[in-house]
Amino acid sequence: MPAPRNAWITAEPIGADSVLPLVGRAEDGALTLFLGTVRNLNDGRAVGGMRYDAYVDMAEEVLRAIVAEAEARSGGRVAAVHRVGELAIGDVSVAIAASTPHRAQSFDACRYVIEEIKKRLPVWKHEHYVDGDARWLEGHMPEVSAS
Amino acid sequence: MRIRFLVFAQYRDLLGRDEFELDVPAGSTAATALEFLREINPHMRQLPSKPAMAVNRVYVDAQQPLEDGDELALLPPVAGG
Repeated sequence: MPAPRNAWITAEPIGADSVLPLVGRAEDGALTLFLGTVRNLNDGRAVGGMRYDAYVDMAEEVLRAIVAEAEARSGGRVAAVHRVGELAIGDVSVAIAASTPHRAQSFDACRYVIEEIKKRLPVWKHEHYVDGDARWLEGHMPEVSAS
Repeated sequence: MRIRFLVFAQYRDLLGRDEFELDVPAGSTAATALEFLREINPHMRQLPSKPAMAVNRVYVDAQQPLEDGDELALLPPVAGG
């Protein structure tokens, strides 16, 4: 069983400190951190900010499942948090940490979590541009087996 | 039977609201409940006929049978991260 509350959705600001304290055991010799941030350019357009919407109850269940899978695959300890609401350029939208005895598994665990988030986390991005325009970003059709 | 519909992101923008309840015919599946919704309310035809769907927070096939009190979510393609 994963540690309690090692995967969650929040409207509060997040960063490395959100997840790092939740991983790292005495037997772990590697700790990998991944931060996803809002960038100022997308498809050549100047971005002013981003609003993240989520089906929060389902997203927490899906994120918990993804983190549990990453722990089972890597044999390590994994934690992840995804933010919702209005974010500015440079704000952290997702933070993932993984610790394992050796480095390959911790890189793999972080990579697994972010790739699965992209495929199946029920979250949507509404991007606002500097020119005043805004749009929902295109996403991935989740697979039914991905629950 | 009574179903609670949830809509998100661009689908919520299309409908102007994020949830509503509706009585659908007994024996409905996720797909037939959505078709029922689209038929009784022309406004709902703006929704795609085959969106991703979740019942009680789990992704399901369109053929998923529904039960009274289920929460049926219509989900645009996901874009987290």
